[in-house]
Amino acid sequence: MIMQPASTEIASRTAAIVQELKGLEGPLLPILHGIQEEFGHVPQDALPVIAEALNISKAEVHGVVTFYHDYRSHPAGRHVLKLCQAEACQSMGSDVVAAKLKQLLGIGFHETARDGSVTLEPVYCLGLCACAPSAMLDGEVIGRLDDEKLDEIVAEVRS
Amino acid sequence: MIPRIYVPGDSGALALGAEKVAIAIEKELADRGIEAKIVRNGSRGAYFLEPMVEVATEKGRVAYGPVQPSEVKSLFDSGFLTGGHHNRWLGAPDKIPFLARQTRLTFARCGVINPLSLDHYKAHGGLKGLQNAVAMAPAEIVKQVTESGLRGRGGAGFPTGIKWKTVLDTTADKKYIVCNADEGDSATFADRMIMEGDPFVLIEGMAIGGIATGATKGFVYIRSEYPHAVAMMQKAVEAARKAGLLGLNVLGSPNAFDMEIRVGAGAYVCGEETSLLNSLEGKRGVVRAKPPLPAIQGLFGKPTVINNVISLASVPVIMDKGAAFYKDFGMGRSRGTIPIQIAGNVRYGGLFEAAFGMTLGEIVDDIGGGTATGRPVKAVQVGGPLGAYFPRSLFDTPFDYEAFAAKDGLIGHAGITVFDDSADMLKQARFAMEFCAIESCGKCTPCRIGSTRGVETIDKIARGIEPERQIELVTDLCNTMKFGSLCALGGFTPYPVMSAINHFRDDFKPAPVAEAAE
Repeated sequence: MIMQPASTEIASRTAAIVQELKGLEGPLLPILHGIQEEFGHVPQDALPVIAEALNISKAEVHGVVTFYHDYRSHPAGRHVLKLCQAEACQSMGSDVVAAKLKQLLGIGFHETARDGSVTLEPVYCLGLCACAPSAMLDGEVIGRLDDEKLDEIVAEVRS
Repeated sequence: MIPRIYVPGDSGALALGAEKVAIAIEKELADRGIEAKIVRNGSRGAYFLEPMVEVATEKGRVAYGPVQPSEVKSLFDSGFLTGGHHNRWLGAPDKIPFLARQTRLTFARCGVINPLSLDHYKAHGGLKGLQNAVAMAPAEIVKQVTESGLRGRGGAGFPTGIKWKTVLDTTADKKYIVCNADEGDSATFADRMIMEGDPFVLIEGMAIGGIATGATKGFVYIRSEYPHAVAMMQKAVEAARKAGLLGLNVLGSPNAFDMEIRVGAGAYVCGEETSLLNSLEGKRGVVRAKPPLPAIQGLFGKPTVINNVISLASVPVIMDKGAAFYKDFGMGRSRGTIPIQIAGNVRYGGLFEAAFGMTLGEIVDDIGGGTATGRPVKAVQVGGPLGAYFPRSLFDTPFDYEAFAAKDGLIGHAGITVFDDSADMLKQARFAMEFCAIESCGKCTPCRIGSTRGVETIDKIARGIEPERQIELVTDLCNTMKFGSLCALGGFTPYPVMSAINHFRDDFKPAPVAEAAE
């Protein structure tokens, strides 16, 4: 089970990140990236701390957090697998790859495996369009996906 | 001389196993007790040959590719450190037909040099543009960029020099240069390649832009899907600061210019310039109405140059070799070179920098070699998810901003996705609407709601419910989206949709109803 830090702890760790970054011009996105890196998601308890430090409303912070696809409201699995579903990958059968992967992992897009091993997400372009279909596993890029590579990915996220 | 081995650290090469190849080479060197230096260069862009390993020999560089980790041992056995023969032997990299046929101005160094070595950069002609610029008056620099005919390579094709002049002529206490590195279009990877393979050229271009317009601060907004490019740019900016390229006195001149790398958060619409500015300010990436132009009221309300990576990275060569040199390439009002990215279902995929004017057919059939699957080419999408699908009958269209516009298409960021005859164009039209629905910022109703209605209507066509009437409805909807949206997301989604309908009408006819089995 993933332990969630207590709200006071979230507040203090958030405050430290905000303190470090609030001198930047337009600091909100860098702060939110920092928080997601720290907690694996952007916890609700972090929002009032940010709002107060930047002198904006909590609603504004909420609006920004929910606008961007990257920010998570809940922690992801231990691995995050992003599968490209954009046109160049489509032309090389990314829909078939997606169907296979969903079956192998037993989850759909935007879902996390019940054992918390992996979260599967669609992504619209990784810039690997000349070696499609492509994916990114925990920041590592993989091109020309085939059955063999899919098996390797599944083995890695399950290990 | 210690042998030098080049193994690309470019994402595309890494995706094809370059890291494992580098590790295998290191191990082999250790096992054999050979001393050699491994340089992690960028990619030259011939992705069908990646991972492409190069060795510096007395007779120049020799390339091998595509190299699999399991082949490294046999490479050493064949004496590849001195250019020995092997079945992966490609010879001199600049003689490889795909590379030899290119005109490399912006990408001259990409894949050749160590991306983080300023010495390499300078040895290959880097910094000359900035050196010239610091000795010039801002208006002269702007004039040179204007005369070169350089137009925005992000997709809109707006003359870069005119944008710069507006910022130069606007007085303010602070001005900004923003580099749009939110390269979200499928089939495009030119920005990524330059940031990973020659980051100093972008820094140099931004510094020149700063001096030319009076901007003292630059931001590079890179999409979060490009972690390797982000890391490389951050290292390059630090190195540039240490070397006096950035700071209070750029190259010892009285001009101050510094820059920061910022990371996006997965919103496609932030590639639109005004959304990007909002995002940099820490707001939702919602599109702004124009006017006011960003050149007058941009980032934090200050005059801002916002240019694509390739536009900025093309400035150093213009300032080095002159406007006339650059302008000499190209056709009509499209001057200079354009890095065409050939992607998708294609045999020879990669980046091909060439002067404007090649026909689409030459690019797809001749350079790209047709499809990877070996089946006939059915359609090519030019310009990313907002670009039109072209059938073979339009393959004589020359690569030129105006020529593409005349065929109801666009060059965009010059990415080309090739599809074979198994492609279902109704599915592609539906995806264009679906993508617009996912990525719409929500500001304009035609884009926010029209895209969802578009998906539903195309689904009805697929189910054979009054298809002719639905096509009429989609056409009308596309018209509303085109003219009723502030930015290109809602405004250009009609391009892929309508081109699919107009050029591939057979795919929109109801499928023959299968007879029920007895």
